[in-house]
Amino acid sequence: MMFSMNDLLVMLPELYLTGAACLLLLVDAFLRDDQRDATHWMSIVVLLIGIYLVIFGQPPGTATAFGGMFVRDPMAEILKIFVLGATAIVFVLSRPYLRDRGLMRGEFYTLMLFAVLGQMLLISAGNLVSLYLGLELYSLAAYALIAFNRDSKLSSEAAIKYFVLSALASGLLLYGMSMLYGATGSLSLATIHSMASTTNHPNLLRFGLVFLVIGIGFKFGAAPFHMWIPDVYEGAPTPVVAFISSAPKLAAFAMAFRLLQEGMGSMAPDWRIMLAAIAVLSLAIGNIAAIAQTNLKRMLGYSTISHMGFLLLGLTQGSEAGYAAAMYYGICYALMSTASFGIILLLARAGFECEMIDDLKGLNRRSPWFAGMMALAMFSLAGVPPLFGFFAKVLVLKAAIDGGMLWLAIVAIVAAIVGLIYYLRVVKVMYFDAPQEDAPPLQAKPDFSMRWVLSANALALLALGFGSGPLLDWCQKAFTG
Amino acid sequence: MTDWPILSLLIWVPVLGAVPVLACGNARPRLARWLSLLVSVVAFAISLYLIPGFNFDTSAMQFAELHAWLPAIHATYKLGADGISVALILLTTFTTVLVIGGAWEVIRDKVHQYMAAMLVLEGLMIGVFCAMDALLFYFFFEAMLIPMFIIIGIWGGPRRVYATLKFFIYTFLGSIFFLIGLIYLYLKAGTFDLQVLQALPLSMHEQVWLFFAFLIAFAVKTPMVPVHTWLPDAHVEAPTGGSVILAAIMLKVGTYGFVRFSLPIVPDASQQLAWLVIVLSLVAIIYIGYVALVQEDMKKLIAYSSVAHMGFVTLGLFIVFMLVRGLHDAQTAQLGVQGAVVQMISHGFVSGAMFTCIGVMYDRLHTRLIKDYGGLAKVMPWFSAFVVLFAMANCGLPGTSGFVGEFMVILASFKANAWVALCAAFTLIIGAGYTLWLVKRIIFGEVQSEAVSRMPDINLREAAVLGAFALGVLALGVWPGPLTHLMDASVSHLVTQVTATKVG
Repeated sequence: MMFSMNDLLVMLPELYLTGAACLLLLVDAFLRDDQRDATHWMSIVVLLIGIYLVIFGQPPGTATAFGGMFVRDPMAEILKIFVLGATAIVFVLSRPYLRDRGLMRGEFYTLMLFAVLGQMLLISAGNLVSLYLGLELYSLAAYALIAFNRDSKLSSEAAIKYFVLSALASGLLLYGMSMLYGATGSLSLATIHSMASTTNHPNLLRFGLVFLVIGIGFKFGAAPFHMWIPDVYEGAPTPVVAFISSAPKLAAFAMAFRLLQEGMGSMAPDWRIMLAAIAVLSLAIGNIAAIAQTNLKRMLGYSTISHMGFLLLGLTQGSEAGYAAAMYYGICYALMSTASFGIILLLARAGFECEMIDDLKGLNRRSPWFAGMMALAMFSLAGVPPLFGFFAKVLVLKAAIDGGMLWLAIVAIVAAIVGLIYYLRVVKVMYFDAPQEDAPPLQAKPDFSMRWVLSANALALLALGFGSGPLLDWCQKAFTG
Repeated sequence: MTDWPILSLLIWVPVLGAVPVLACGNARPRLARWLSLLVSVVAFAISLYLIPGFNFDTSAMQFAELHAWLPAIHATYKLGADGISVALILLTTFTTVLVIGGAWEVIRDKVHQYMAAMLVLEGLMIGVFCAMDALLFYFFFEAMLIPMFIIIGIWGGPRRVYATLKFFIYTFLGSIFFLIGLIYLYLKAGTFDLQVLQALPLSMHEQVWLFFAFLIAFAVKTPMVPVHTWLPDAHVEAPTGGSVILAAIMLKVGTYGFVRFSLPIVPDASQQLAWLVIVLSLVAIIYIGYVALVQEDMKKLIAYSSVAHMGFVTLGLFIVFMLVRGLHDAQTAQLGVQGAVVQMISHGFVSGAMFTCIGVMYDRLHTRLIKDYGGLAKVMPWFSAFVVLFAMANCGLPGTSGFVGEFMVILASFKANAWVALCAAFTLIIGAGYTLWLVKRIIFGEVQSEAVSRMPDINLREAAVLGAFALGVLALGVWPGPLTHLMDASVSHLVTQVTATKVG
């Protein structure tokens, strides 16, 4: 296979990120421990330059490279911008946490950058092989990141669980891919798409499809493939959780879109019903289990599951409006989860994890400003106007009703009402309860960059609630061309 | 100043005014109080400006504003006000000034947050009353819950957390079905524009489903029997200001929803199911009246009496169908709707005033139980005079605002069906029963205890607040002409909309 300079230009941001991550690893090796801040700022700059390259580094429009292995289209562009942006936010938010725990090491930043690279490849995959490559690159980095706090038993346990389940899911996905290959004789998603409608082995394809959906469900953390979520959310270091619950959801959306729409578009009636079932289960299990949680991180884990149910509501429709709604939801969810984990990171300090819901008691007295920010995040997660989360919900509900799944929309709103209970409980403990007597003070030495970014992140939820017209337009144009 | 976006100003002046109030912080309560009073007075002044600019001869939406909002789903920032909206906006700005004045020394903890929440709430409520885009309406309708949730939860009574969660979840539960209905309408019409939706032809089957989606939302908010149970809890636990806003304005949002959505968008289903609403209204009027009779907590008593009075509003709105479709009597139908709207405004004044009175007593004795009071006429003569006046208005004595609305509704229902009118008229007896008995027990008789005998009479600030309410009650009672004139064109337009069938 021949490739030209043009191919390299199409994947310029990815090539750049590979080089930058390697360079960062090298530079970091020569830094003293007290100079680690340099790595921190450099990796943020690396991400920001990455965003610049995604937007301006290439001629606009759709392009493919390496014989269709790599696809760059408007959807990929938007998703990459938000993956890079969300990761940059996570970097800023996690500095004090990492510093307090002696986890501020170069490996953290390099691993995160490689995880981002994997996601970007996944987002742009045009071929089963490149898709799997991106997925595994991300997963490998994620295993190490979850276990990053080596001395913590919970962290190691979470990593092992994630590793075993993820390996299983990857295996199933590969198995499904082999069936696709068997039925169509090609690994290219575009070829599979055209072959799928004329194949002599529709049942083989359908069988393969089931395994693909399992793989996708696992990546989303949607029920019944959600088992890893609560444990990983509880056990992994909070910065890693903030990352895992934001950017990879966008990559998972892209993976679903590439595999199901671009690959198996002709089988839509089959996978629509599978995704609908997954959506219902996620909405039910996520919301009901979250009510019983006392651990904040675990609660947010179950809340993720339910939100993925909402996202699937849009994806299930297999329509342009549905994809736009699901992508909009994914972006919204990424912003909401960086904001809510940001508060957890803010309240944690050396020797104290802000993990229990009760740790937030009386936050309004201790810090009215950040109580307000957390309230914004919680109301947004609950989907109450005037916040961003409300519009994301309206969009997916609209897509579901438009797609003839009124019943699914009704299931979703009932789930939203159940969800309201535990989000309101967080607001309740912050505003209506008195602080615990042994509540540690907020960090004595404020980290200004963190406070500013966290506030901006939470206020963005409010601002985007008042006017997210341009973002919505952008999402829709990505699919309608 | 005619080209000023006056409705936008009314919404955003209080909402943005809350920001500096919030910035005052806990250390400067005096500044927070004065600043919020200033903001609310400015909002009231702007709302007064609506009257000279209002054209009384048209039912069209006036002071219209239209901006793109979410072009991808054709949602617009579209505002407009007709006579009914203007009346409710004036009620909102007026009551907010009084509530902020009423909270002056009563709220001591986190004054800035309380005042800011009130101002935000004011802006959002005005938004509901002038939104001409269904999604925008829903946006304000739901956003209102957040400040109220905070107000009850932080400054409320001992069971405030239970009450506020119940309030929030109940209302959210109701309105989310409304959202599904709106999305359905949007997919059908391709727009959220309320005027387009009102003209959209719908089959009977669709109308019935939409009717129930709307009914759940507005019945919870109004509240109607049997989904009224959140109201007594919320009222009992809310701080005085919260109760006043809740009773005087937030309940009107529910009935306003009937006027803007149920009646014009699904007139045929409303006609078919009018009996249901009428029966529920009569149950509210009679049964809830009896429930009010046995209450021992003053706030609960007034809360139940609110449910009964709101029954008159829903009765007036839905009796219309018996009149125009059955008897072709558009004139009486108009009387019924007018009565309903007058009752909305009147109940705003009366219930607001009653809750303020209870707040005044509570501030002095820290109990809401009727049995702890007695003989206030001897120790607080000025205050007692006000209470008696508002009590008279609450039982609908001629000369007070309570009489006008109830009388119009009863008159209209008499033409529709004498039995309905008879049931509705029961309220005159029951209402008088529970209100006068309440007055007898707390105002008259022997001075209950030594603590009561030491209660100081109202100060100037309290007198001003109650005096303003009294002025409203009497003005509306003696001369309701301006109010009915204000909404004449809008009401007749509504009756026309209700008359025309949309099926087919």
